[in-house]
Amino acid sequence: MEVLPPMPIQRRRSGRMSVGTRPVGASAVPVRRQRSLRTQAAIAGYAFLLPNIVGFLVFSSIPVLATFAISTLDWDMIRTPTFVGIQNYEQLLLEDPLFRRILLNTGYYVVGTVPAGIVLSLLLALALNSSIRGITFFRAVFFVPVITSAVAVAMIWRWLFNSDYGLINVGLFALGLPGIPWLSSSAWAMPAVILMATWKHLGYNMVIYLAGLQGIPPSLYEAASIDGANARTRFRHITLPLLAPTTFFILVISMITSFQVFDLAFILTGGGPGVSTNTIVMYVYNQAFQFFHMGYAAAVAWVLFAIVFMVTALQWAIQRRWVHYE
Amino acid sequence: MSARRALAYLGLVIGSIAMLLPFVWMVSTSLKPDSEVFAYPPIWLPSPPMWENYPKVLELLPFRRYLINTTFVATTVTILEVVTSSLAAYAFARLPFPGRDRLFLLYLGTLMVPGQVTIIPNFLVMSWFGWTNTYLALIIPAAFTAFGTFLLRQFFLSIPVELEQAARIDGCGYFGIYRHIVMPLSGPGIATLAIFAFMTQWNAFLWPLIVTNSDNYRTLTVGLSYFRGEFATQFNYLMAGTVMNVVPILLVFVCLQRYFVRGIALTGITGR
Repeated sequence: MEVLPPMPIQRRRSGRMSVGTRPVGASAVPVRRQRSLRTQAAIAGYAFLLPNIVGFLVFSSIPVLATFAISTLDWDMIRTPTFVGIQNYEQLLLEDPLFRRILLNTGYYVVGTVPAGIVLSLLLALALNSSIRGITFFRAVFFVPVITSAVAVAMIWRWLFNSDYGLINVGLFALGLPGIPWLSSSAWAMPAVILMATWKHLGYNMVIYLAGLQGIPPSLYEAASIDGANARTRFRHITLPLLAPTTFFILVISMITSFQVFDLAFILTGGGPGVSTNTIVMYVYNQAFQFFHMGYAAAVAWVLFAIVFMVTALQWAIQRRWVHYE
Repeated sequence: MSARRALAYLGLVIGSIAMLLPFVWMVSTSLKPDSEVFAYPPIWLPSPPMWENYPKVLELLPFRRYLINTTFVATTVTILEVVTSSLAAYAFARLPFPGRDRLFLLYLGTLMVPGQVTIIPNFLVMSWFGWTNTYLALIIPAAFTAFGTFLLRQFFLSIPVELEQAARIDGCGYFGIYRHIVMPLSGPGIATLAIFAFMTQWNAFLWPLIVTNSDNYRTLTVGLSYFRGEFATQFNYLMAGTVMNVVPILLVFVCLQRYFVRGIALTGITGR
């Protein structure tokens, strides 16, 4: 399951997240009974937690460390694994030109999808916010690609991108333009993936922006209008600053998920032509499950984790300059 | 003002067409005979529509089996996830036990880890258990999420403690409170989690791709990816297969739209 951190708006409201809550019924009871109640509550607590935490530890939390342990091995799943220390990382980061290419590809994808996605979804949310009629309908329409599986989306776009009969080139032909060799040219394949991904994720960002826009008190706009602020000034000095936490949230989420791109590119291009749309997760998949280089694949996965972690940490660090919570 | 509104509508209408046209094209292509698939200019309304394409696709690959697998896996994971997450969420929300806050931090921390980081050890565990190519591999690792626990805990915290205290005084045990007070009052939260769990499983690809290698256990998305490889240019068949993956989740969405939107606005979960 794709899992992401909560929105900042939510986080603000639930700032007491880890503060202990009172045990149910533990107030106004004599001290001795309270102690036995406390033990009782603790036992119940562990019992309630047990079914979830076993699975959580085995399949979510311990594997993070296990991946690191595996990344220090040379292991093909047939012979006995041998410990090689940081050799996999050395090879990956210093001696693997393919991985360098893959990092560049993934970076290209991130740069291609994230800013465009943010600007377009903001424009759409603004349009939707200003024209109240049909809001539910439009929101639903833009959401359809979001709920559709990446596999189905890529299947459809494979057909749309077909160089002779795909709808996109047919449209270009109709305008008297030459067709674009979307999937057969290593220069155009990544733009094709980016175009498709932006289309798929637009509605998701739009819904979040819409929630952010609707959280801005109308009284602010009224006060600004009375003071003579025109639409552009209101947008610059009210909408944008008050949307900053939302923009920050969308930025972090989009970056994280963009670095993890797999399904869309795997089905649309299979990483090709050549290696032009090969991405980090595709490399994990190929190394681990095509070539059975388990240690090497684990090192790639860990590098992905490090990148995502660093990008998120960096954004948290610089957000202070441009995101102001009320 | 009205010019601006007109511009907004224009943008929304163009955007909506861009969103829906690919799906219309998918359905249209799926109903075409081979001869009309590669027609120029393109034909939007195949006449007569080739409904036979669908039964034909069911023969080419065992899509019926894939559909059953996907439905079974998605339903089972959803039930398991709702049950185990709600139990854990109740513990985190209401039952003070030693180490609770630290464990909750561990849950939160794991939320930030990309899922692909854990697939290698999880695959190895599946091999050791002998679970690869079984429903167990598709279901069990997906059923215990930090996310579900986190989401429901936030919902449970908003239920007034007084209700539970009253039930305690009336002699209700913790499980009774969970069963008869907390769960019934958390309908929207449970619905949101259930829908997202179902959608995530319905659309899942990488994990099912890794742990299945026979048609008996392949899910629809994995089946589609093989279909793509075998019938690379039979776009009418490919689109008919794709329709089978898109339409069911679309129907769920149309019926339960408000939970989708609420879930996203509340937590930032995604089916990406």
